[in-house]
Order: sequence, then C-alpha cells, then structure tokens
Amino acid sequence: MIIAHRLSELCGHGPSLETDIALTNISLDLFGQVRNFFQYAAELGAEGETEDSIAFLRLEREYSSSVILEQPNTDFAHIIIRQYLFDVFQLMQLEHLAKSNDDRIVAIANKSIKETKYHKRFSEAWIMRLGLGTELSNNKMQSALEHLYPFHGELFRPTDIEIDADLNGYGINPERLKERYQTEIAETFSSAGLTIPNTPERMANGKTGIHSEHMGAILSSLQYMQRAYPNMQW
Amino acid sequence: MVADLSNIEPKIVDALSNVFDPEIPVLSLLDMGVIKEVNVKDNWVHLKLTPTYTGCPAMDTMAADIVAALDSIGYETQIEFVLAPAWTTDWITERGRKALVDYGIASPLSEALDKSALVNGERIVPCPQCESTNTKVLSEFGSTACKALFKCDDCLETFDYFKCLK
Repeated sequence: MIIAHRLSELCGHGPSLETDIALTNISLDLFGQVRNFFQYAAELGAEGETEDSIAFLRLEREYSSSVILEQPNTDFAHIIIRQYLFDVFQLMQLEHLAKSNDDRIVAIANKSIKETKYHKRFSEAWIMRLGLGTELSNNKMQSALEHLYPFHGELFRPTDIEIDADLNGYGINPERLKERYQTEIAETFSSAGLTIPNTPERMANGKTGIHSEHMGAILSSLQYMQRAYPNMQW
Repeated sequence: MVADLSNIEPKIVDALSNVFDPEIPVLSLLDMGVIKEVNVKDNWVHLKLTPTYTGCPAMDTMAADIVAALDSIGYETQIEFVLAPAWTTDWITERGRKALVDYGIASPLSEALDKSALVNGERIVPCPQCESTNTKVLSEFGSTACKALFKCDDCLETFDYFKCLK
C-alpha cells in the first residue's frame, strides 16, 4: 500500500503522459491487491475491523511495510529503481504464496501475479533504457541505485509472523528468496550498465514498525480524510 | 466463459444482458465473462461476480448496476465477489470481442501473440479504425489498467488494445 501511495503521488506529475498513466495504473493494480489482502485480514481480525480501518487508521508503528517503499519520488530514476527492486521481490513472493495452504491467499496471489508481471516488465525495460541511454541517464540511474540499494535487504529479513507463516505453510519466509533475487537483479543491472554499490546496508526496520522520517508525511496524507471525516465512504 | 444461465428465468437473463461495462458501454457483463454463477430463490438472487483486474474501479459500479437492474424487475440481489478461478480474457465471448472492435478497442490476442505485440513490438494488432496491422505499441499501460496504447501508422490514429490476461 505504501508504494502504491507513492506512485499515486505521481498522478498528473509523471515525466511524460505515457509514464504518468503507466505508473498510476501500476498504483491502481497494487491498491487492488492490497484491498484483497486487507478484506481477508478484516474477516480474520477483530470485530469491527474493515479494509478501511486497516488501511487508514493504524498508528505509525502498526504499519509493517519495508522502509524502501517509503523512499520519495526524487526523480524518475529513483521511481524506477524503487519499483524494480520491489517488483522482482513481489513476483517471487506471490509465486510462493500461490502455493500456500490457504485457498484465499492462493486465489489472491494467482490474480496478482498476472498484473505484477506487467509491472516488472515495465520497470525492467526502463532500467535498460535509462541505464544504456545517455551518460546523463546512466549517471542518474547509478545515483538512484546507490541511494536505494542499501535499503532492499529489509525485504528479506523475516519477521516472527513470516517465520510462523512459512512453518505453517500459509506464507513464505522471504529469506528463501534472497539468493535467486540477488542473482536476477545483478544480471539486470549489469546488462544495463549499472554497478551494484558496495555500501553497507541502511538501518531499516519498517517491518517491525520503525519507519523512516518519510512515513509521517505519507500517513498524514494517506489518513487525513478518514481521520477528518470518520467513516466517510466514496 | 459465459455462466450457465439455462435454468434462470428469461427476464433475469434479459436484465443481466443489458448491464454493461461502465467504461465500455457496448460490452455487456455477460459477454465479459465476469458473471460466474446466478442462483435464484423466490425473489432473491445470489450472484457471483469475478473481478477483471484487482484494482479495477469499475467493479463496484458493475455490482451496483446489477443490483439496480434486478431490483427494477422485482428481485433483491446479493453479490459475492469470487477471486478464483481468476478471470482471463479467454472468457470474453465472440460477441464481446466484436463489440470491443466496433467501439474502437482492439480485442485481446492469444497469450503468445499478445506478448509478441507488447514486448517485441511486432506489428500484428489490427487497427479498429482501418483494420491495418501496421500498428505498434506506444505504452503497455493505456487509459485503464486492462488496456495498452497503440498507434496505427497507416491511418495515424491511436487506439486502445485490450491486453490478454491469462
């Protein structure tokens, strides 16, 4: 949801008409996936919980999204690198969730995979175009990669919930995806003339509720309407 | 894959066949293959609807339109969204595909050809305006999540192509 929100900020502000529409379409797809998961969570959750209360009314430390997804839309290079690092992970994770022993998760995953493949094709194609474009585009991509790469490790650090989910067959410990992920992105970046940075991992504990300084601004935008007009409906 | 409505009252089927996609007003929900199952008991209808794209904002409107259409002939409807089996463009009927093209939207190709057109830029999608295949993809993301943007190099018009979803 957080990355979907970041993409939604580009509505009307994309670098070109086609990329504006593409990024907001991706945002819409992701919000759809989020709705499916949140509706299920609400059914399993406490009395009175709804997809909206889960989306809009949690406190900052109750959101368990990875910090990389909060990073701002600094420029198109950042948007694409952030998207690609997420898309590769998302597709792998969904492919595993499609084998969950929970039928609903399987159904949501199978539906989401079809769309996520389009997202990954989009982000990967732009990595290639911009990496192999001009000296300027390559420099901007390299700079974005250096900013964002050190955050991606968090995606693979399992929380207790993920460990439990894997043990009980309904989810996946993301650690299991790390090696295949690293191989795939290394190949893409190398083909695109980009160098994977050798900097230490950034502190990132969004999955345990400790978010970056960006989360405050995101949530004040995301939550404003529901908090100002409780229970409002479209 | 049109739902099996052979046991359903004709006036209900008739009402359903006049509920159209809000974005593509020539395409009925039956021809889109999103109505999966209809069960009728007295004046109460339970209908299973499957979403096209997960984020499709038209789905809620479609549900509301179905409820309104059946309400107008005296039935109370409960809509259940089902995610599995996942909707695929294979379920769009021939009549639906023709309606798309008549409206100016190129209908989805097979999975393999779809990929050729979108990924390899092959010129195979027929232009809904002039029927030429001298067309190329401009963007895999068009006016809605389900469509891609194409251009015809013969008549020079742009058009939407309904992406194959499988």
